Amino acid sequence: MSEQIKKFMYINRRAPYGTIYAWESLEVVLIGAAFDQDVSLAFLDDGVFQLVKGQDTAEVDMKNFSPTYQALGDYDVTKLYVEKESLEERGLTLDDLMPLTYEDEDDDWAEKDSIKVVSRAEMADIMEEQDVMFSF
Amino acid sequence: MSTLHTVNKSPFEKSSMDSCLAYAKEGSAVLMYEDGIYGAIKGTAVADKIAAASGVSFYVLGPDLKARGVAEEKVVDGVEIVDYPKFVALAAENDKVQAWV
Repeated sequence: MSEQIKKFMYINRRAPYGTIYAWESLEVVLIGAAFDQDVSLAFLDDGVFQLVKGQDTAEVDMKNFSPTYQALGDYDVTKLYVEKESLEERGLTLDDLMPLTYEDEDDDWAEKDSIKVVSRAEMADIMEEQDVMFSF
Repeated sequence: MSTLHTVNKSPFEKSSMDSCLAYAKEGSAVLMYEDGIYGAIKGTAVADKIAAASGVSFYVLGPDLKARGVAEEKVVDGVEIVDYPKFVALAAENDKVQAWV
């Protein structure tokens, strides 16, 4: 297998719970984290709803998988790009999202934000840089 | 004849809510549930359409709001938050149910 590290991006465009896409993506990301690649996640369109804080599924009898996003930092998945326009179209701001952080080993384990809000144009540029894209 | 229209798809991904609003006549009711609850969030283009629909009563299923982390204060004014028994009552009160899947 090639030693070269590739840039992998997982693109999330679906809301959680209504379909299985969001959960499946999260599972694939966690499995994929075992392979030493440069991983990033993109949240756009309804995908931004996956990161909304305060999810409580007790009354709908489904598993609340939102706490799992907190674990991504421990798996070196530290780049979560959230598209600004998608948030705005849905009446959301960064404050409506879960605070997700990671400890930067190259900076004395300083706690840093994993979520980076980017414009649609910036997201397009980030996508352009990738080697492999996974769509959910 | 009164109709309960139900919408369970996100208005940002599918046209179900738009179609429902185009067909819902005065005196009818619209219930948003599952991913349809995203239509009840304040400050969106969908919220404007709900405000413009005169003579239609709007409802949203509370447990689906909670599951998706949408706080009650984020729900468009005039949209009533209901529980499962009220969902059943709405289905019973109206003459028929039209599901916009």
